[in-house]
Amino acid sequence: MPTTRRHFLSLAGGVTVAGTLPIVTLRPLRATPAMLTAAIRNVVGEASIRSGKVKLDIPPLVENGNTVPMTVSVASPMTADDYVKSIHVFNEKNPQPNIGNFYLTSSSGRAQVSTRIRLADTQKVVAIARLSDDTFWQVAADIVVTLAACTEEMN
Amino acid sequence: MAALINVPAKARRGDIIEIRTLTSHIMETGFRHTADGKLVPRDIITSLTCRYNGTEIFRADLFPAIAANPYLSFFTIAKESGKFEFEWIGDNGYSSTASASIIIE
Repeated sequence: MPTTRRHFLSLAGGVTVAGTLPIVTLRPLRATPAMLTAAIRNVVGEASIRSGKVKLDIPPLVENGNTVPMTVSVASPMTADDYVKSIHVFNEKNPQPNIGNFYLTSSSGRAQVSTRIRLADTQKVVAIARLSDDTFWQVAADIVVTLAACTEEMN
Repeated sequence: MAALINVPAKARRGDIIEIRTLTSHIMETGFRHTADGKLVPRDIITSLTCRYNGTEIFRADLFPAIAANPYLSFFTIAKESGKFEFEWIGDNGYSSTASASIIIE
């Protein structure tokens, strides 16, 4: 019997039904929105997260995902009884959902942290602040990445 | 490994000062492959701690999403003359320290 496309497809179909077709799946090597949610829950637990107070300064379009400047600031008086305890930054589609956790104190003066990050794809970045009263506040930003980072080949 | 620390040499008591740090480190993500398909092992700095006269004033957990040669800037209130000590900890037993002095007027 000649191997035609139709023959092959019927064969493949039959095998699929039998459940033995070796499907070559590429293991997704990136944080999925589900992983993002899990990573956030890992930090905030069951607490509810409100929008506001947090500001995320990051370019909306980056040409090179290998070094993206990012500043997170939180509107807080930073006094002894009302300050930002920590800032957590997450991404949606890097291989891993965490970017960084930053722990501040009541004598930080200003709740602001800057760093440079890698982005593997066009995606969402989420910043969450934990205040001294253990409330959580978040903001998200969408970033278009032209040249991806993280998974390129090493030369 | 070399680190660049930027702390104002002098400040008035109560001033909010910015501290900037830059360390040289490859920050290999552990997700890259060589051309012949081998995974390049992860090698990153996982934390930076900053102490001001012995008291921790800032700490960061870093992940592979932090760019190579990690840059971090943060703030603190200038309280008394003394020393800022920085400690970076990373994979494969990596450890590096640096310090900077400040005079409060």
